[in-house]
Amino acid sequence: MLAAGTFASAAEPGHFGYGSKASPEQIAGWDIDVRGDDGVGLPPGSGTVKRGEEVYAEQCAACHGTFGEGEGRFPKLVGGQGTLKGERPEPTVGSYWPFAPTLWDYINRAMPMPAPHTLSADDVYALTAYVLNLNDIVPNEFVADRTSLPTVKMPNSESFIWTDPRPDTMARPCMNACADPAETRIVSTAEGKQLTPRTTGPLDTMQSK
Amino acid sequence: MRPNLWRSISLSSNVAGTPLGRRSFLGLGAALTGSLAIGAKPANAEPAPASPPADAPWSQSIGAGVVDRPYGRPADSEAGVIRRNVPWLTAGAESSVSFSPLQDLHGIITPNGLFFERHHAGRPDIDPDQHRLMIHGLVERPLVLTMKDIVRFPSTSRIHFIECPANGGMEWRAAQVNSLQFNHGMISCAEWTGVKLSTLLDEVGVRKEAKWAMVEGADGAHMNRSLTLDKCLDDCLVVYAQNGEALRPEQGYPLRLVVPGWEGNVNIKWLRRIKLGDKPWFSREETSKYTDLMPDGTSRGFTWLIDAKSVITFPCPEKPLSGPGLYEIRGLAWTGNGKVKRVDVSTDGGVNWQTARLHEPVLSKALTKFTLPWQWDGRPALLESRAIDETGYVQPTIAQLRTQRGTNSVYHNNSIQTWQIKPDGSVFDVQLA
Repeated sequence: MLAAGTFASAAEPGHFGYGSKASPEQIAGWDIDVRGDDGVGLPPGSGTVKRGEEVYAEQCAACHGTFGEGEGRFPKLVGGQGTLKGERPEPTVGSYWPFAPTLWDYINRAMPMPAPHTLSADDVYALTAYVLNLNDIVPNEFVADRTSLPTVKMPNSESFIWTDPRPDTMARPCMNACADPAETRIVSTAEGKQLTPRTTGPLDTMQSK
Repeated sequence: MRPNLWRSISLSSNVAGTPLGRRSFLGLGAALTGSLAIGAKPANAEPAPASPPADAPWSQSIGAGVVDRPYGRPADSEAGVIRRNVPWLTAGAESSVSFSPLQDLHGIITPNGLFFERHHAGRPDIDPDQHRLMIHGLVERPLVLTMKDIVRFPSTSRIHFIECPANGGMEWRAAQVNSLQFNHGMISCAEWTGVKLSTLLDEVGVRKEAKWAMVEGADGAHMNRSLTLDKCLDDCLVVYAQNGEALRPEQGYPLRLVVPGWEGNVNIKWLRRIKLGDKPWFSREETSKYTDLMPDGTSRGFTWLIDAKSVITFPCPEKPLSGPGLYEIRGLAWTGNGKVKRVDVSTDGGVNWQTARLHEPVLSKALTKFTLPWQWDGRPALLESRAIDETGYVQPTIAQLRTQRGTNSVYHNNSIQTWQIKPDGSVFDVQLA
């Protein structure tokens, strides 16, 4: 330290002194996160399934379908139970999401897509209730609020492993005669599949078939 | 206007038909026909080359002056070297991805305009004077920083790759897309300049209960992820510059997070907020997305690490061979674990391997270039590369990965890529038994 009397030590906060202390108002304006597993951060307010149906029809149905079945390639919100081990898994709020407060958080922070973070807390609660109801996770009379949402048991909540078990492949770097050449055969090729947009010239506008 | 004036004088002297001008004019005509041929090939005969023995028109005229292109741009003939998307992959372009044209790039640095992009709510255009970074939660002194504040902190520059964990995700079930760009183009590498996240966290004072950080973007998705505090303090950077210039808007201008060696989406762009807590947040991105669905129906969450991976960039479907002879097989290798230690190359589908040459610099959590000379005899071949990192981890085959993870995983396909070479030199994306 060149001037120990002037500067705080590096271990103490504010050593450089740049920026300004975040005021309670500033923090309140941006502190939007809601923790998925216990709902910490959920604000006051509430919403019914009935109200959620109205907001959904106005704000969500165009992309997610009238009953959450999805439109085009926009995500399905409903269904898919029993598909996760199959050939075509359908991960939806009902089949996949482990925590209900995460749904509130995501609608609040990112939806509706053209005007994110513009809905009232009550409307977000109502939408959360409606989508959970569409998935048969809560009854018609369910009222979503900061107390009720963390208690909702999601169907797939026990299926997540939150620690990374990798490395899970233990190949050895063999150098010579590592495989039987007769067994080395092509089982899959991209040739002729007509799925590859072109990679020369201007951008390809090929749409889905 | 003066350089243009000089240019027009030069051109008009060509048209004037002086002996020198006429020769020039003929050359120019050949060049024009040649450039037309790039767009739509005329049916008539091949134009005479402007190269030896004829002198080319650009050798007999004066060129454009400085600041003719004040920022600069690639040569006109390189106009096809661009990021590309797969239109059928997503609902719209606002929550989608573009792929880097690896087949046309050289070395380990991705030019800023070609760095792959992934947005979850489109690309915001942010006024840096209005932008703020707020750091709060379990800290002693919650802080709001302007861009001017952030640039004042001690700066660090480091070279790191960023890879989307869905890179290669279209290939879990089968070889589908015949392209290096579309199968591997969600990786890019740059020199990042900014401030260590640990410096900022020291500045606010981390409380001892803090174990996790929530990082959040200012885009319409308010994109957020949870990170362990250990990783934040280890090597994360809050950056404002990429390859020597300010970040591009596509890359998070004016401020983004770089989390070396971890999956792309945690490298939050348009960074506006860092909140410390005692637990992870389980956001939508880390529960319904960016989790790996296993064949038994369980899912792995918080699988941030990018395992060792490599790919041969020449030859590849976009860059076939032009006949038997000596070639240099070229490729890129990387690992989130640190440095690439070795890359082996096979030309017979993994029966026999040779160790390739690694090119300097070999940097931690950066792309590493490798090459191997190859005498191609014109017969069919199956080219593969296999990376080994400094932890001893060996890049697996797709069959080995499937044994562990099935085919529903979507993310973290770091398997060995096989390119099939046909006798005519064409190259196809294939998978082996």
